[in-house]
Amino acid sequence: MSKPKFAMYWSGSCGGCEIAVLNIHEKILDVDAHFEVAFWPVAVDAKAKDVEALPDGDILLTLWNGSIRNEENEHMAHLLRRKSQLLVAFGSCATEGCIPALANLSPLREIFETAYHTISTDNPQSIHPQPRTAVPEGELTIPALKDRVYTLAQVVDVDYYMPGCPPESHQIAAVIDLVIQVLEGKAQLPPKGSVIGTGNSTVCDECPRQRNVKTIKAFHRIQEIAPPDPQLCLLEQGIPCNGPATRSGCDARCPRAGAQCIGCYGPAEGVLDYGARLMTAFASVIDATEPQEIERILDGIPDPVGQFYRFNLADSLLKAGAPAFKSNHR
Amino acid sequence: MSAESTSNKPRIGVYICHCGTNISHTVDVEKVREWAETMLGAEGVVIARDYKFMCSSLGQELIEKDIKELGLERVVVAACSPHLHEMTFRGASKRAGLNPYLTELASIREQVSWVHTDKAVATEKAKAVVAGAVERVVRNEPLQEIRVPIHPDTLVVGGGIAGIQAALEIANAGFKVYLVEREPSIGGHMAQFDKTFPTLDCAACILTPRMFEAGNHPNIELLTWSEVTHVAGYVGNFTVTIKKKPRYVNTDLCTGCGICVEKCPKKVVDDVYEAGLGYRKVVYTPFAQAVPKYPVIDAPNCTYFQKGTCKACEKFCPTNAIDFTQKEEYVTLQVGNIILATGYDLFDARRVSNYGYGRLANVFTSIEFERMSNAAGPTAGNIVLRDGKTQPKTVGIIHCVGSRDKNYNNYCSSICCMQSLKFAHLVRERTGATVYEFYIDMRTPMKAYDEFYQRVLEEGTLFVRGKVAQVTNAARNEREEGKLIIQVEDTLAGKQRRIPVDMVILSIGMKPRRDSKEISHLFGVGCSSDGWFIEKHPKLDPVSTMTEGVMIAGCATGPKDIPASVAQGAAAAARVLNKIMQKEVVLEPIKASIDQEKCSGCRICNGLCPFNAILFHENRMVSEVNPALCQGCGTCVAACPAGAISGSGFSNEQILAQIDGLLMDLNLAAA
Amino acid sequence: MSASFEPVIIGFTCNWCSYRAADLAGTARIKYAPNVRLIRLMCSGRLDPTFVMKALADGADGVLITGCHPGECHYIEQNYKALRRYLLLRRVLKGMGIAPERVKLVWASAAEGMKLAQEINTFVEEIRALGPLGWNKKLAGREHPVDMPLEEVAV
Repeated sequence: MSKPKFAMYWSGSCGGCEIAVLNIHEKILDVDAHFEVAFWPVAVDAKAKDVEALPDGDILLTLWNGSIRNEENEHMAHLLRRKSQLLVAFGSCATEGCIPALANLSPLREIFETAYHTISTDNPQSIHPQPRTAVPEGELTIPALKDRVYTLAQVVDVDYYMPGCPPESHQIAAVIDLVIQVLEGKAQLPPKGSVIGTGNSTVCDECPRQRNVKTIKAFHRIQEIAPPDPQLCLLEQGIPCNGPATRSGCDARCPRAGAQCIGCYGPAEGVLDYGARLMTAFASVIDATEPQEIERILDGIPDPVGQFYRFNLADSLLKAGAPAFKSNHR
Repeated sequence: MSAESTSNKPRIGVYICHCGTNISHTVDVEKVREWAETMLGAEGVVIARDYKFMCSSLGQELIEKDIKELGLERVVVAACSPHLHEMTFRGASKRAGLNPYLTELASIREQVSWVHTDKAVATEKAKAVVAGAVERVVRNEPLQEIRVPIHPDTLVVGGGIAGIQAALEIANAGFKVYLVEREPSIGGHMAQFDKTFPTLDCAACILTPRMFEAGNHPNIELLTWSEVTHVAGYVGNFTVTIKKKPRYVNTDLCTGCGICVEKCPKKVVDDVYEAGLGYRKVVYTPFAQAVPKYPVIDAPNCTYFQKGTCKACEKFCPTNAIDFTQKEEYVTLQVGNIILATGYDLFDARRVSNYGYGRLANVFTSIEFERMSNAAGPTAGNIVLRDGKTQPKTVGIIHCVGSRDKNYNNYCSSICCMQSLKFAHLVRERTGATVYEFYIDMRTPMKAYDEFYQRVLEEGTLFVRGKVAQVTNAARNEREEGKLIIQVEDTLAGKQRRIPVDMVILSIGMKPRRDSKEISHLFGVGCSSDGWFIEKHPKLDPVSTMTEGVMIAGCATGPKDIPASVAQGAAAAARVLNKIMQKEVVLEPIKASIDQEKCSGCRICNGLCPFNAILFHENRMVSEVNPALCQGCGTCVAACPAGAISGSGFSNEQILAQIDGLLMDLNLAAA
Repeated sequence: MSASFEPVIIGFTCNWCSYRAADLAGTARIKYAPNVRLIRLMCSGRLDPTFVMKALADGADGVLITGCHPGECHYIEQNYKALRRYLLLRRVLKGMGIAPERVKLVWASAAEGMKLAQEINTFVEEIRALGPLGWNKKLAGREHPVDMPLEEVAV
């Protein structure tokens, strides 16, 4: 009997998710033992046309890593959706947009301006890339960027979500174990649409720091506090830690190491807008009733959108925006 | 007419009320009905009807019939404000076997037909409001009412006539009352008055028996010289902490003989009871008929407390009741209901500087006049100028001082016209002086009030309609020399007048207690920006507040005369007795609860609840809501970063769905 | 935008003050602009920024948040939490390029039917002046959503 097929794809993302998969060490041999790798551009030489040639639904499991930034990403998403029985949005980019989605704060023309025509770009011919370019050898085509960064689920139907930037290797290993057990008939898949490879709560649940009733009189950037109390909740020290709103599963890696959680595991179950949860939580425990004093305390969060939507912008309610200034590095 | 629900959504009935023509005049009810049935079919609406009066028994029966025959699982009634008829329609659903909380009211009268004029626009808005309610009701969950037992004891705060009346009503019904008063005696402002309008009964003659009855009632425990410092709990189960200030008199030993008062060598100006016109001793009872009879020592003025010597009172006390070592004492009471009858303060006449009070000796306030005209008062009832002997020959009484004036208080103090008329009568009766009344409008609406006005008119009091510009002693001619001159525009005669008088009485208005905001916080009742406590409904529920179990009576809610205060005291008592007799109270099941699995123990919510309903379990590192203490505000629900707290009745799902419904037209158009 | 622009505004009211103020405005037949659609919450403290984001994302042009005056909250002090969330939310909206003036917090007691009506009228005119937000249409139309004018900021 032939082994079920496995695929992994890398779209708009940094590639850290691929490294995280390789980081499962010997467990990768289990993957090899149980699956035939049909498509995995990072690890295996295969072309898109090889995937196109497969019957629909031929791939059992596809881990999709990356946001949908351009038309090629979207095309491949549709293709792999068609060919896969189980499509997993793997990592923060695929589940919620992640860092690439911060580009949603700039209209496309702004992005091109910054990338090709500002002082930091050496572009003497003032080249501005076009989807189609005529060259002596013929016409070159490059995928056009979409109007904004989308999550995988915003373009195709997704079976499971596995957040994290990147997902923790022990969680990846656990998910692979689960799939193998399902293949062996020893376990059942969770309901479609489930978030897998995480805890049920938020980062505080796994954080060993001591917590009290919270009252915040000032917010500080972590480098302004030297050093933070190693035992006490970082938020209580005024360091805007996103742990309270961020899904557990990472074992509170950052707060354990003395750095605030920045929210890469995304929102907790059932939450509609991650940033809203954080801003309401922070604002609720500010210790002030006078507008001026409240504003003074809020000045301690200089970039609220970055603080609250660093990973979640594409999946937020507003999804995109454009701050009232434009970069002007010329 | 009924469309089959095309989805797996619950079966919804929509009922649109004409409210006679109150709604149908501005909203095309038939159009809304038709739209609801067709456009909201996909949302689960299987029937939409309109009816002249949904709240009538026939209207309610219509709903009940449909619930039974069409198997409705949700009901939306588009009619008036839920504050009027939510209970009505929940009741209808309940009778038909549907959980009452699966019924929503959409306010298309108060929020649409009564406030908009363009029928087409109003109809569109009514559709949006109905769509919002339909989307919301889909997410409603069946809830069960919460029943809690009622503690039969009652706390009455404030020992004026309203509080005394309330306490007596409850005590006479056989239930225990704690009557708390911060002054040394009960009696309140009424105890300061001489006569009461319009009957001219002696205030003390009618008040004293009530005070005595309250003071000696087996079911009333008086806590005078005491203040409430903390209130916890909820209707039926309040825990109240009361600070008993030290009297320095052992009330178990004191017989109220008054020897200590007699022997005390130090007198101070009595700013409270005598309104600064008279003196009292440092150990004192505010007035002869004080209840309880025990005196208090005014420690900040007492020679012993200040200098360590004297102790005259102790030396002469025949029962050794003086106890300088007394400390303030805190007592904790369990009560089921609370009545706030905290009364009012008087407007400070100094604020109207052009009337010269505090600068011109013979300008008096109404309360000073009350004391002066009282036979037991500082002048033994003689109406005299500030020199204490000269009778005035002309007296000017100025109405609305600090009232009906945007610079001070915008409201009418309601009693000033009548008290001014009473003063005019007393001045004429006792001195024969010429009396002028300066009024803006004469307001004499209650029983026998206008007849009293006629009587005072007939007695020869002169009435000048106009707001007094100033009171001055700067004479312009011989006739004005040595007099107070009242400068006024006589709006009936249409000219400016200067009227010289010997005495001016300022009829000062009532204002909320200076600490009414703190009191409102303490008891969790609403308080207007002026500082008057807010009734649950100004007409239909004037003695209840938004906080179940806390009633209000008397001038704490706004200026009132004695009959109204007494009536409110009795009404508040009736409300309390009603609750006591029911033995338990039904609470709305609008509560927060925390999913123990999802809670990460971050403790964001822990400090947010003013009712201390959120507990943190150190051992399990999770927070939990005590439903008995939760008041259902939803602040913690909105604050939880993990989305672990849900609020029944106002869940995220319900509110978000309502937003969807309210904006449905935009998204239909966009799609 | 054309003069015929009719803003759609979602208003959040507190059960104890502003919702009653709206009732009172109705009872007193005080007329105000029909552009506001109200939602009743038990308290302004129930206001979750999610609701505001949702309303704006779904096509509302503005959001009016109303609550009891400071110090008059039916639940003692929860309106201060609403105030703090509101002030932070405005900063976030600004960071997203949405004019913070599209969200407004107004205090209105149960007795202030007239005040509430006036505040609604004022807010409707303020939003009318800002023009349509149309976030839902822009996103659906694959148009990058922009609200505030992009100002040149020298760096």
